[in-house]
Amino acid sequence: MKQILLLASALLLPLPALAEVVVSAPWARASILASRPGAAYLTLVSAEGDRLIGAATPVADRVMIHAVETDQAGVGRMVHLEVLDLPPSQAVTLAPGSMHLMLMGLGEKLREGARFPLTLTFETAGEITVEVPVLGVGAMGPGGPGE
Amino acid sequence: MTSTSSSGHLRRIRLALWAGAAAIAVAAGAMLLWREVSPPGLPEVRVTGEADIRSVFALTDHTGRAVTEADFAGRWQLVFFGFTNCPDICPTTLAYMANVLDLLGPGANRVAPLFITVDPVRDTVPVMAEYVAAFHPRLIGLTGAEAQTAEAARNFRVYYEKMAEGSAPDGYLMAHSGHIYMMRPGGRFDAVFLESGQPPEQLATEILMHLEKETR
Repeated sequence: MKQILLLASALLLPLPALAEVVVSAPWARASILASRPGAAYLTLVSAEGDRLIGAATPVADRVMIHAVETDQAGVGRMVHLEVLDLPPSQAVTLAPGSMHLMLMGLGEKLREGARFPLTLTFETAGEITVEVPVLGVGAMGPGGPGE
Repeated sequence: MTSTSSSGHLRRIRLALWAGAAAIAVAAGAMLLWREVSPPGLPEVRVTGEADIRSVFALTDHTGRAVTEADFAGRWQLVFFGFTNCPDICPTTLAYMANVLDLLGPGANRVAPLFITVDPVRDTVPVMAEYVAAFHPRLIGLTGAEAQTAEAARNFRVYYEKMAEGSAPDGYLMAHSGHIYMMRPGGRFDAVFLESGQPPEQLATEILMHLEKETR
């Protein structure tokens, strides 16, 4: 019985395309001034392992992958990453204080409640476009405080 | 014969080096142990007494008014250094401070929340006005001439640097420490916190305790 259930549940799951990257919980912070960069966050999982090699959105001139390195003195430095490695089956989360996609040259400021498309380019999976909701300036994530 | 004595000599040096290395290892271990043993829940960096961090500045607030520390002398200060082109740590920390201010309730009247820019060239008075308003109505933005903000950062012992980054707007990024300084009425140092150090409720409780102690 158990085996049948297992088989049934396995069949119900969408067939995973091996080269697929699952993009979940994308969000961005409302930006305060149009001339100031915005930040977008999301979680990426690739079953086989992949690399994020670029990102683009019609709302900004450029999107850069940034990591924040904080040294022992508490000094935070933004590090610009050309590529972001996705180890097989390991979720890589971009979140406040660690990594973010920096949206530079915003056409207009990101207003809370708006949504914008973001196209991510992966080495193997190719392009994936997601809709990014804009949360409040103090939001820490979808469903989190400040939303 | 000479070779034996010189190798004996070498051995002694080697022994001395190993002894030194062992001593360093023990010291490092002890430090780690001390950190492990220190009670949890306290902010990591906590200096009480006469730390040489002083709230001394001559700046311009976000309404264009010239201010010094004397304008806030009767109140405690919560001070954060940052810049408005900072997309991640600064909004995170300022939103956190705003949250803490709300949680202080009436206690917030006794606290002046100050956001001092380390990037005054881009963070002019109108920019600061729009920026601070997005976080909290009480938040005070301070800017000035480069020499003035540098002087303020020096007095608070705040580290920041301009890093050249060709792809960034205007060709540079700022690196800075993300600490929130709590200063006593009169401008002396009281404590330092990090946004990541504790939930806002805990920091609000801690601040209220500090205020309480002062009144008694």
